[in-house]
Formats: sequence, C-alpha cells, structure tokens
Amino acid sequence: MTAATYVFEYHLVNYRRTWRATVLSSVVLPLLTMLGFGLGVGAFVTGDVQGFSYLEWMVPGLIATTAVQTAVGEATWPVMSGFAWVKSYFAQAAAPLRAGDILGGHLAFMLFRVLLSVASFLLVALLFGAIRSPGAVAVLPIAALLGFATAAPAAAYTASVTSDMFLAVLFRFVVLPMSLFSGVFFPIESLPGALRWIAHVLPLWHGVDLCRTAVLGLDPGPGAVWHVLYLLLWGVAGWFLAVWRYRRRLVF
Amino acid sequence: MNSLIHARGLVKRFDGFTAVDGIDVDVRPGEAFGFLGPNGAGKSSTMRMIGCVSPPSDGVLRILGMDPRRDGPAIRARLGVCPQLDNLDPELTVRENLTTYARFFGIPRKVARARATELLDFVQLGERAGSRVDPLSGGMKRRLTIARALINEPDLVLLDEPTTGLDPQARHLVWERLFRLKQQGVTLVLTTHYMDEAEQLCDRLVVMDGGRIVAEGSPRELIAAHSTREVVELRFPTEDQGAYADELKGIGERIEVLPDRILLYVADGDDALAEVHRRSLTPVGSLARRSSLEDVFLRLTGRTLVD
Repeated sequence: MTAATYVFEYHLVNYRRTWRATVLSSVVLPLLTMLGFGLGVGAFVTGDVQGFSYLEWMVPGLIATTAVQTAVGEATWPVMSGFAWVKSYFAQAAAPLRAGDILGGHLAFMLFRVLLSVASFLLVALLFGAIRSPGAVAVLPIAALLGFATAAPAAAYTASVTSDMFLAVLFRFVVLPMSLFSGVFFPIESLPGALRWIAHVLPLWHGVDLCRTAVLGLDPGPGAVWHVLYLLLWGVAGWFLAVWRYRRRLVF
Repeated sequence: MNSLIHARGLVKRFDGFTAVDGIDVDVRPGEAFGFLGPNGAGKSSTMRMIGCVSPPSDGVLRILGMDPRRDGPAIRARLGVCPQLDNLDPELTVRENLTTYARFFGIPRKVARARATELLDFVQLGERAGSRVDPLSGGMKRRLTIARALINEPDLVLLDEPTTGLDPQARHLVWERLFRLKQQGVTLVLTTHYMDEAEQLCDRLVVMDGGRIVAEGSPRELIAAHSTREVVELRFPTEDQGAYADELKGIGERIEVLPDRILLYVADGDDALAEVHRRSLTPVGSLARRSSLEDVFLRLTGRTLVD
C-alpha cells in the first residue's frame, strides 16, 4: 500500500509538469459541449425530458461520459508509454515495487484526474445554471467509481496490446458507441430493444443513471445499489486482469 | 555465504528456446565482475534474473543471501540497476528523476534531495540539475541513469551494457566514473560486448556464448590461457584472404582467417612480421599488437564479438 502511494506521488510530480495541457480538455471541452448540445440541440427539443429541461437532463450524462473519457484516456496512452515509450514501468519494477504497486499508484492518479475533470465540469455546469440540487456533489464519488470501473479494464487492455493502433480501436469501437447508447443524450428506452442490452452490459449507463439521480435530486431507490455493485464488479475484475497483464509484461 | 551473487546450474528458458543454459557464478563483495559475450549470448537474461525481474526456470540463485523467487522486493531494495536502454522521465528535471526514484525505496524527501545533489556532482551533472532530461546528450543521460542506480546506496550495482551506443569520449567519462565507484569498494556487475570495456573495468569475468559460460578468470588470466602474447594482423589485396594461409604456415602458434584479415598468434610480433617479409609476402596492411579479450573470444567461439 505504501509502495503504491510512492508511485502515486511520482505521477503527481509528473503532472506538475504537464497539467497545462489537460486544462483545455477539462474546462474548454465541457464548455463547448454544454453550448453545443445543451443550448444548440436543446433548442430543438421542445417540451421536457422526464420532467426536466433538456440541458438539465443531459448534464449528468455528460459528467459521466467525461469521467469515462478521462479514465480511459489516462489508462491507454500513458500506460502504453510506461511499457513501450518512456518505459517508466520497467524503471519502477527494478525498484522494490511489485506489479500491484505500480498499477495501484497509477490507477490512483487516473482517478485523481477523473475527479479533477468532473469537478471542473460541475463548476462550469453550475455557472450555466444547469445544476440545482445540492445532491450533485455525489457525482464525485460516483465518477471515481465509474472511473475505476473503466480505467482498470482499459489498463488491462492496454497492457495486453503491442501497438497504439489498438488504443484508437478501443476508443472508436467501444468508448464512442458506449457514449452514444448509454442514455447520455437520450433515454435508453428510446433504443430498439436489440441495442438496449449494450447499455445494460457496459459500465457507462450505470454511471449515467447514478449521476442523473444525484444531480436531478431523484429518489435513488434499490436500483442504485445494483448500479454500484455492478460498477464495482467491473472495477475489481478489471483490477485483477490488469495486475495479471502487468506482471506478464514486467516480470518474464 | 560470502558471495553477493551465487548461481548454480542457473537456467532461463522462454517458450521454445533456452537463453541461459546452466551457468555457475559467484560474485564476491567489492569485485567488479563482467559478463562478456556477443548479442544473444544470454547476458541480459542473466542480468534480469539477478535483478529479480525474471524468475529462473531452473537451478539455484541467491542474491545477497536471499532467494529472488521469494524475496524479490527485499533484494531489489538493495540493488542499483542501470538498464541497457535509458528509461529516464523526459518530462522531469534531472534532479526530479533522482528524487522521485528515491521515493520508490521509501527514502525520505529530505535525504533524497541531499543524495541527489551529491550524486549529480559525482556524475558531473550538478550544473544541469534544474534542466529537463530531454535535451541531454546520450552520455549525460547514461550518467544520470547511473546516478539513479546509486540513489539507494546499493550493495550491488548492475550495469547492462553501460556504454553501448555512446561516442568514445562519453564512454571514457562513464568508465572513469565507474572506476571511481570500484575504488570506493562498490560491487559492480556489468555486461558488455566490448572487450576494451571488460579489460578496463573487470577484476574477473566470464565469457558467455549461446547461454553457457565458456571461460572464466581475470582478463590477464584469460589472455594467458587462451591466446599468445602478441598478435600480427595482416591484410592482403584480395577477396579471399584464405589464399595466403598456406604460405604463412609455421609462423607462430595459430592462424585465424577472417573475411577481411588474417591473424597470426605469435610470441613476438616483430619477429613474425620479419618472417612474413622474408617469405616475400606483401600485405597492404600489417600490425603487431598485444593479445586482447577479443582474441580469447575468437579462440573460444570461432566468432568475433562485435559484428
């Protein structure tokens, strides 16, 4: 555990050098998305969605996708770099760290990045008046859980592929469709039945539903517990897969 | 047990091929020990096993008296590792590369900063402490990697081809620093395919080929046992140097025909050259020199080291 905090610390020192490049995606992108979808598309959505204005209804979904985009972004190229480009993982493996420490410390940093992105999104949304319930702060732990549920399996995937071409594949064929079919922009009830299972199986929709419940101040009900457990399952399974893949790459 | 490294019948197998094929090694405290051999001889696989990042497939291996299969982190806490390819952090400063790495060993921040200053002076990078790693030259990066390997005051320093890819001036600077370490009593284990590096740095070395140890001793002992005192190199103006082999017969103990030259193993180089000229042979180039580890390797394996 202590060893993993040393690795987390290392990633923070690195971030001190590179944070400027991430400000754009953390602040400017939510702003543009809010303008484009919330106000632009929202103007065409006459009437309300499930009793809320389109902007209000959509913002929690965007927060959840932001969490996933950040989590998977941090668990792909930087992980590839640790193995193949900078090879920082190998430097760490030569020190008294184990695969689980190296992964754990990096994963902690990924979740830290998720929290930063989601917090800045929350602020932007607040300024737009798209958030009214104080329960909205609950999106922070939800985003961390969703980040864990997606970053851990994504890190396992990255540790298993040999070229960054496969990372683009992950984004194009998994992350993008997941963002479209997980109730971010429209309720999944509007999906044809044959596609609805995608939303149920992949992690994002569970996070979207939790975020929406929190931001709109709805009654969580027993469904929320299942969402949390299901996301935990993704995270824990991803964790064990990733430890196994990391060990294979570092110790051979 | 007095050996820092103790290996008996050590084997490393990957699917389908054996990289290290049953080697016995003992490295004593304060020694500079080398693994000499061409690419693919099994040097790096051996180093990875010693570095506890590669479990042995078979045999006995004890590092600092401990078992790498069980005590990996405890052993690695007392090793310093300089890998073949630099894996420094390009975004961080020279100093931060040392201080962040120190933390992996649980070294307190204050101690880490003090040691970083000291080590940067030692590798002559004190003035670059605040600059980023990216623009440093290859030799500077290698020296920084060596400094990083020393941050935990290791009992044993592993250097995998410490000067491969460096220009001659940078190599000499690295050698000089490593020699200083050796004088301070630090135990060094290095791999190299440069015989001059092995001769400069190693008290004792093993010659590896095809995953096995083919000879062991000090550079001087190896030369005495496997080569003559001097060597004469001759180049003839022809495609086939071997055509002259017959006419050179009887000069010296042994003759070796290479694609671009002929080597005569002799006791006295000048005498041998005089004999070549007496037989009215006229090589376009000739050179008499001392025997080196390169000759030992050629003798033992029938191949040259660097190809």
